[in-house]
Amino acid sequence: MEQLVPVFIILPLVSAFIIPVTGRFSQNFTRGLSSIVFLILTVLCVASIGLWDRGMIIYTVGGWKPVGDIPIGIDLIFDGFSAFILGIINFIALLSSFYSIGYIKKYTSENNFYTLLCLMIAGMNGVVLSGDLFNIYVFLEIASIASYALVAFGVEKEELEASFKYQVLGGLGSLIILIGVGLVYWITGTLNIADSSNLLITKFDNKFYIVTQILFIAGFGLKAAIVPFHTWLPDAHSSAPSPISSLLSGVLIKAVGIYVLIRLFFHMFDLTYEVSLLFTLLGVLSMIVGGILAIGQSDYKRLLAYSSISQVGYIITGVGLGMLIIATGGDGSIAALAIFGGLFHLLNHAIFKSLMFMTAGVVEHSTNLRDLRMLGGLSRKMPLTTNASFAGSMSISGLPPFSGFFSKLIIIIAAFQAQYYVVGAIAALMSIITLAYFLKFHKDTFLSKARSEVRQFLPVPVTMKVPLVILGILCVVLGVFLVPQMKEIFMDPAINVIIDTDQYSEIILNVNR
Amino acid sequence: MIVYLLCFTLFLVGLYGVLTQRNLVKIVIGLSIMEISIFLFFTLIGYIQGAAAPIVVRGQVETQFVDPLPQAMVLTAIVIALATNAMLLSIAIRLYRKYKTFDIREMRSLKG
Repeated sequence: MEQLVPVFIILPLVSAFIIPVTGRFSQNFTRGLSSIVFLILTVLCVASIGLWDRGMIIYTVGGWKPVGDIPIGIDLIFDGFSAFILGIINFIALLSSFYSIGYIKKYTSENNFYTLLCLMIAGMNGVVLSGDLFNIYVFLEIASIASYALVAFGVEKEELEASFKYQVLGGLGSLIILIGVGLVYWITGTLNIADSSNLLITKFDNKFYIVTQILFIAGFGLKAAIVPFHTWLPDAHSSAPSPISSLLSGVLIKAVGIYVLIRLFFHMFDLTYEVSLLFTLLGVLSMIVGGILAIGQSDYKRLLAYSSISQVGYIITGVGLGMLIIATGGDGSIAALAIFGGLFHLLNHAIFKSLMFMTAGVVEHSTNLRDLRMLGGLSRKMPLTTNASFAGSMSISGLPPFSGFFSKLIIIIAAFQAQYYVVGAIAALMSIITLAYFLKFHKDTFLSKARSEVRQFLPVPVTMKVPLVILGILCVVLGVFLVPQMKEIFMDPAINVIIDTDQYSEIILNVNR
Repeated sequence: MIVYLLCFTLFLVGLYGVLTQRNLVKIVIGLSIMEISIFLFFTLIGYIQGAAAPIVVRGQVETQFVDPLPQAMVLTAIVIALATNAMLLSIAIRLYRKYKTFDIREMRSLKG
């Protein structure tokens, strides 16, 4: 199994190289290749389920043995939490690349599209697996640069403008992260997360400690589009081609933003009350601002992009509550519940937001319209898309039988149990506002009378319909993760890894010795 | 200490350029200045006054070496910065072809 860990990075990288080379000769091969690669990786993730409880799998790149007690090589770390995120990344990537087979034909240079897609996924897998700070930065830049190019893939005015804005802000975020990495190296003299966690504990009162934490929150917050840093997201996510929007919104902001924040603040830094409070406040702020800005939107994908900001706020709030409870020495089971809520919402958000962006792509492909004021009466012409979109919107708004309800409920219950009543109340209130704008959106697009602007209905290829069906069904059935047996298999390894804040560095340093 | 302050000033100069300039190319130049200030910071982290270059040869007398790891990191970061700059400039050129100007005040197709 240890030898299989680097496959998550190598396989997409190699296929990114093969696609443009073979693309000249066989177009169908390149179309299928990326889907096959992501299928293999998803299967690998699911197959590793039984191995999570045995702690973590550590792969040392190049086999560099530690000198003394200091690890000098780069570690790739595959534990419950990274396996959870890797599964989400590769599953959504599989569906998006399958969806692209039908969707991307209208653009020129299909090969470049699949190359960039594979590069982006390789970067994200690398960020999730890496146990080395500078290595995280390198993979993060691979993922980011590929996503900059993919946002601009349409090369029209809006796409280019959105891409430029995204690049300037994303580049700023990367530079801030790089300064943070430099400061950690300055304080501790090591880049290995486990090792520096060990060394940072003793230098807690160092004046650079707080600065480093702030820099990481700002840098990765920019990548995750938490509210004061969110301005690039609505432009970038609404301008990209639809399968890419679903990847950006569903996966990228979580893998390179939220995942790294959780990893660093739980496993590298000591949890402090101030930072936990800051996290929760940022989460609540994202929840409110994203939700309120989404109400007024008239563009199909822009509305979805703003709702992403709001839903990311829920995830951050759940995790932040867990941090607060641990930092104040509260009940561990409530902390576990809050983190479970956050992670479950992360999974749900990946599923339903990808679904919503894919339905947006189907509608745009079929009618060539994106303005909600012009669309209308699509339910008769596109029953499948209507049902998929209904499942997605109800799941986002949090109505009972759908999965989104359970994750929001858990976050709210955890907030009330931990006696943060205001946070719980705001989360409940924002859920109602979400319901309001998604009902309005659903009525405008699908249910109202057909408007004269919708003239053409192009047929939708079957490759675009299959992902909608799969994701739509998942939106309904994912509530089963609440059943204790299912939770034990799929969610608990990830939660246990996060909760045991000291275990991470202990295991890695012991293995390296 | 003064060197670190100068390095930070350089970073602020770049940030000022990114925030105030209206020309796409000048924004890219601002970002490059920030990048370079961070590269300088990295090399300063590893620098030790009076230490030798980290190359070990037979018959070595020096015992203190400059830390080579930040230098390796700077090399990697330079390559990444090259990629981001190339990407930014190519988008800027495409934007110029669409709008016939580099002025960001003219580019207002995205709102809200």
